[in-house]
Amino acid sequence: MSQAMTTPATQRRRERRFGMFSLLVLAGMLGVFASSTRGERATFILNDARGQLFELPDLVLPVVPTVILLSAVVAGIAARQFTRGFGSRAVVIVGVVALLFVIAFLTWAAAGGQLSVVGLLRGSLARATPIAFGAMAGVLCERAGVINIAIEGQFLAGAFTAAVVSSIAGDPWVGLIGGISAGVLVAFMLAGLSIRFQADQIVVGVVLIVFATGVTSFLNTQVLSGNPQLNSPTRFPAISVPVLSEIPLIGPVLFRQSLLVFGMIAAVIVLQYGLFQTRWGLRLRSVGEHPLAADTVGIHVLATRYKAVLLGGVFAGIGGSWWTLDAGGQFSREMTGGRGFIALAAMLVGRYSPVGAFGAALIFGFSDQLATSLQLLRVPVPSDLLLTAPYLVTIVVVAGLIGRLRVPAADGKPYVKQ
Amino acid sequence: MSDDHEPEGNPPGPEGDDADERGRTAGDVLLDDEELARAEIEAAAERAADAKSIGLEASFGERFIAAITGTGVIVTLLAFVSALVIGAFIIAFSEDSVREALGYLFAQPGDAFRAAWDAVSSAYLALLQGSVGGATQLSETFVTATPLILTGLAVAVPLRAGLFNIGAEGQFVAGGMLAGLIGFSLTGLPMAVHLPLALVAGLLAGGLYGWIPGILKARTGAHEVISTIMLNNIALLVSGYLISTTLFRRPDRTDPISKSVEASARFPRLIPWEPGLRVNTSLLVAIVLAIVIFWLVERSTRGFELNAVGLNASAATAAGMNPGRTIVLAMTVGGAMAGAGGAAVILGLQHRLTIGFSAGIGFSGITVALLGRGRIGGTVAAGVLIGALQVGGRNMQAQTGTSLELALVIQALIIVFIAAPGLVRAIFRIKADDLATGQVAKGGGA
Repeated sequence: MSQAMTTPATQRRRERRFGMFSLLVLAGMLGVFASSTRGERATFILNDARGQLFELPDLVLPVVPTVILLSAVVAGIAARQFTRGFGSRAVVIVGVVALLFVIAFLTWAAAGGQLSVVGLLRGSLARATPIAFGAMAGVLCERAGVINIAIEGQFLAGAFTAAVVSSIAGDPWVGLIGGISAGVLVAFMLAGLSIRFQADQIVVGVVLIVFATGVTSFLNTQVLSGNPQLNSPTRFPAISVPVLSEIPLIGPVLFRQSLLVFGMIAAVIVLQYGLFQTRWGLRLRSVGEHPLAADTVGIHVLATRYKAVLLGGVFAGIGGSWWTLDAGGQFSREMTGGRGFIALAAMLVGRYSPVGAFGAALIFGFSDQLATSLQLLRVPVPSDLLLTAPYLVTIVVVAGLIGRLRVPAADGKPYVKQ
Repeated sequence: MSDDHEPEGNPPGPEGDDADERGRTAGDVLLDDEELARAEIEAAAERAADAKSIGLEASFGERFIAAITGTGVIVTLLAFVSALVIGAFIIAFSEDSVREALGYLFAQPGDAFRAAWDAVSSAYLALLQGSVGGATQLSETFVTATPLILTGLAVAVPLRAGLFNIGAEGQFVAGGMLAGLIGFSLTGLPMAVHLPLALVAGLLAGGLYGWIPGILKARTGAHEVISTIMLNNIALLVSGYLISTTLFRRPDRTDPISKSVEASARFPRLIPWEPGLRVNTSLLVAIVLAIVIFWLVERSTRGFELNAVGLNASAATAAGMNPGRTIVLAMTVGGAMAGAGGAAVILGLQHRLTIGFSAGIGFSGITVALLGRGRIGGTVAAGVLIGALQVGGRNMQAQTGTSLELALVIQALIIVFIAAPGLVRAIFRIKADDLATGQVAKGGGA
């Protein structure tokens, strides 16, 4: 916690905010779920169709008692929040409340039907992958003091180039290299304009998004639509880790994924260690916090920033490649659909740390996948309204639960050597 | 906004080590002073350069353009030229005939250049003709520019207070939805009542939708970039849902399309006797609102506070201003402008709500405001320019087959060059003194 000291008054205010949050969740649970009955039982399928060591029984829950039980737990938490408070554990408690809400919601949604838990979780992790990669790019840039709004642009450039290169070469690895170079190219423009020419970094970021959107859409209609052989990329196959992927439930979710998913998890771990435990990470963060001091002790500020932004470009490029080398296949106009902005939000919600950003990315990936799963279940609540949930949660988290962000001190400020 | 980091965010010193803590704070202050002084010197140099370029020897035209764009005429002009040149390369290389000719470039170099010249000149001619080539084209330019001016203002006003409003898209949707609802659900009212009512509804809905991130920022410090992005997504989803409900949907249709706005709530056309000219009175509304905003931001006390908070929030606080109130005001006014944009499109042009009726107009507002460098006059001019580019791009696509996204690329390039005057200087090898340098209005950092 970077909030070193909080006065009792702010503490109490935060506690009340947590309590209100729990009460709101409770009202939602009781109001929507318990009132309408769609079926007696909800069936959760825990097995994967592709075979595993042993079969698990399907989890069958009675809908109304489950929802009432979960609501009672949330009510208890809210009551305790208002009377005694959870102190520093409050953030964890909020997570628990949110989780209970999700379980209650899924129970209600799956009432009278079947929901594949494996499919839901597996898809969530897959959809979190590009968001997490984009957030890594953001973390690297902003820790070094360069604001990167252009993640969406890097995604689009990466997706487009990866599709074309993979189609020509017939090899997803070559396509990935293409995607990475496109991400780095956009990063280079960002670095050059904001470090060398000291342009306003937010302006540059927005402009690069418009630029990448324009160029990829332009080339898509101008070149790709007439030459479909340039837009049929070879994709990464799903990899099953031997033995581990046979474990029920966990196996298919964690160990039967495409290569990019494994790469993302590795990247998060390596970056978390690298940023906070190594000399490289200390130097990178120092130019983002106090470039003058860093310069005084002999760290080359501008070079460090360039390297950080370009490395961020590598990650954003891989994230963009996910769309054409893993998920969708063909490139289409503006196919990333604003996920670059979501990655930006994931980075901020994760408070500029790779693991935190990964956690936030998982939440966004889950809500993405949930929308697809719910369509299969034909839930009567309009899916449009359900889809707003992750955005509402983000606002609540950013406004109330995390408090003011501790931005790297020199974020967005060009450095001029004196 | 990176300068508003909290003191408690600093790693706490060891207990009882107050002297160290104080020493560090003093050092910070010293650095801030130094930075301030440097900024002051830079600003003075900038003013001098500006004054030089808009000086007495400058012609009226030069002074006019400099006043509109807020920069030396040279930067703006060179930015345009550079953007068009790069755009030309993109057109040339995406043309099949040019790429074929490039295959035998060394055998017959003339072919490649001729093909490239043909492609580029015909595309740019179509772009120009499509935007200003006649009365219909001019009318279309202004029709497209009207909401762009308003969403541009929606971004520009918060920008002056140091806030980056990405939420114009959502505020546009909110304004359009409520204006449309008032427009088709009330019947039998005279136009003098109905149209202003619907317009004000749009303003209010947009303002309210802008007020949310403002109050969140002021009260809890929630970053406006995140909250506006989230609110955009929410607005798009909720509007999609609402349009398919019986409240909005046309009774005789199953696809999501709303009832039509009553004739009494539609903006009348400016030139009704020419059926081809769609330009309507919402353009006048946009101009009036721009003038009001100009007065608010540049002439009023509130506007002074707004600028002061945008330039230095701590200094403004020290001078007794209330940054929180200013932030809320800037976001609300900005939102209202975007809401008016939504109302202008629904009541003036489309007359019914469809899913995705915003079509990125709110996001284009960001481009418009940045191109206008956060100034009110500049934003209006930029709105007209971007409108012309978009309309011309449509004509270019129809006539020469060059995809209209090129207009987007050119837009982005122009802003790159305007935002980084150093780049223009480096390309054209102009000495720093010859050119008015200028930073685009300070935006809030992520």
